[in-house]
Amino acid sequence: MSQLLQYIFSGITFGSIYAVVAIGFNVIYSTTGILNFAQGEFVMLGGMTAVTFSRFMPLPLAIVAAVLVVALCACVLEILLFRRLRSHTVLHLIIITIGLSIVIQEAALHIWDEKVCSLPYFTGNECSSLKIFGAAISPQVLWVLGTVGIAVALLYAFLKYTLTGRAMRACSSNPDAAMLAGINIANMRTLAFGLSGALGALAGCVVSPISMTQYDMGAGLAIKGFAAAILGGLGNPLAAVAGGLLVGLVEAFSVMSGLPSAYKDAAAFTILLAVLFVRPHGLFGVKGAESVREC
Amino acid sequence: MPVLFLAVLLVGVQLAATASGRAYYLTQLIMAAYYSIVVLGLCLVMGYCGQVSMGHGAFFAIGGYTSAILTTTNIAAARDSAWGHALQKAGILFSWQDPYGSQVLAVSPGAAFAAALLLTLVVALLIGYPALRLKGHYLAMATLGFGLIVYRLLLGSSFTGAADGINGVPGWALTSHLTLTSSNTYRVGNYYFAWGVTLVILTLLLNLVHSRVGRALRSIHDGELAANAMGINTAGFKLQAFVISALLAAAAGSFFTHYTGGIGPSEAGAMKSVRYLVLVAAGGMGNLWGGLIVSAILTFLSLRGCFGTYDHAVFGVILIAIISLAPEGPLKPIGLWIRGAFRALIPSRRSCHGAV
Repeated sequence: MSQLLQYIFSGITFGSIYAVVAIGFNVIYSTTGILNFAQGEFVMLGGMTAVTFSRFMPLPLAIVAAVLVVALCACVLEILLFRRLRSHTVLHLIIITIGLSIVIQEAALHIWDEKVCSLPYFTGNECSSLKIFGAAISPQVLWVLGTVGIAVALLYAFLKYTLTGRAMRACSSNPDAAMLAGINIANMRTLAFGLSGALGALAGCVVSPISMTQYDMGAGLAIKGFAAAILGGLGNPLAAVAGGLLVGLVEAFSVMSGLPSAYKDAAAFTILLAVLFVRPHGLFGVKGAESVREC
Repeated sequence: MPVLFLAVLLVGVQLAATASGRAYYLTQLIMAAYYSIVVLGLCLVMGYCGQVSMGHGAFFAIGGYTSAILTTTNIAAARDSAWGHALQKAGILFSWQDPYGSQVLAVSPGAAFAAALLLTLVVALLIGYPALRLKGHYLAMATLGFGLIVYRLLLGSSFTGAADGINGVPGWALTSHLTLTSSNTYRVGNYYFAWGVTLVILTLLLNLVHSRVGRALRSIHDGELAANAMGINTAGFKLQAFVISALLAAAAGSFFTHYTGGIGPSEAGAMKSVRYLVLVAAGGMGNLWGGLIVSAILTFLSLRGCFGTYDHAVFGVILIAIISLAPEGPLKPIGLWIRGAFRALIPSRRSCHGAV
């Protein structure tokens, strides 16, 4: 029983990180129609910048600074690159984000080297653990869950209740009508990139003590996050959370069930393929909802 | 006609490389040719049919690994049995000497090649049938997922050699003068074989895309609904294109494995599959010539290590530059520019006649 709980906690921890990446995908996708494959790179950049900053400033400040820097980078990318390429097809834009992810990864390799680094544990250290119903978990897991939960709630409130958030949703449901209503679509798209960069960077910071940060962690996270977003159904942030947790839990259980851990990813993707083939629009997606966006 | 020009150019490259004592360039050119075959196949699916595949590295690996496993697994027990003799006579089994001097009885490369294509056919049908009913991002995810599953299975299984892959794959003796192996004596022959195969495939694909099938594929790209309404079996054509390109990738993988003498799991990795996609996009999507030329040049330069530690970065930058500046591929603007320069130099005859 306590072992089962242990696996569930590990699944939820990594699942919540996938969920944040998936939400990042969703925020950009629903506002711009671009599937940003460099999303995982934001997570990596967040962790790396925070590690660098934490050498000469207190940890909380370093994290805030890292989140701001990455958000700014994402905005700059949008303004310099994607704003000029409006006339390109969506497939071209997706391929550009793939190129971008490769370039960012290589840049990180040359800036930070290929060594693995990590932030210190926010409270306690790697040995400290809490007992919950017999399962031992690190306090950092609570930090991850708490931060992700609060971030998702804030994002939801932002999109639902603030004027800017509503304007962003308007852009996603009908860009032309939004433009006619006086919404500056170009700025909303920049904002979407910034928001998504900030979310990714935050996730990169809180997970850094547990899973370490390395220059090449982004691609794997992007693929898992993409899987989570598709699993939940594109364009729906809450479904992305469910999708992310599901991917995390499937991974944890595939390890528990005695499959070699090398097959962990294979198990997660097999389930994803099965879901895609049976319910192509995702578990919680509405059929045909995204057809407007297809190129 | 342009194919002949390319053939002459390739002969010229070989002569120049041999004459200048840089025959070692041919090795990378041979590998580049095999990778280009994958790009050509993917070009058919992506450029003409409009279906994204992010898992073509997996088909390359399936082809390569099938050849490697079948030709290196020693079934010495069959040597003295009656059926073993019969299969050896029929050319399905063959005996070769490994580097340590012991005799290995295994499936012959030709039979292994056929098995690789057969396996790929089955896998491509199994994956393609449900996957090609998906659209856009969902198709991208499904093919990416397929590629990752294959990668993980190769990496985690002992019979595929886990992270080391399989080494010591025997050469494939096609004729008495041509063996697909990395030995220097056969280098020139291999060069002509690799590029000959590539040119044949290019010609076949060019014919295909200019035929009724090609027009059907392009109509799927432009508007699947309209194509359906015109009575085109879109699902069938998409599956055919997907299977053809998967078979091309597997064939390339098999040749490649015999040539280099080994294959590793990284061939199925997401990065490799993305590279093929990148090369197709950089060649101008629906442009077989562009895809072939861009992939041959970039792959050759990257294999030669011209980009040093910035290999991936250069790839990424070239990709972004080409897509953002010339989304139709670099060849089209260059071609237009040359034609424009030509026109400016030689006053058009037709206009003269018009004046008279």
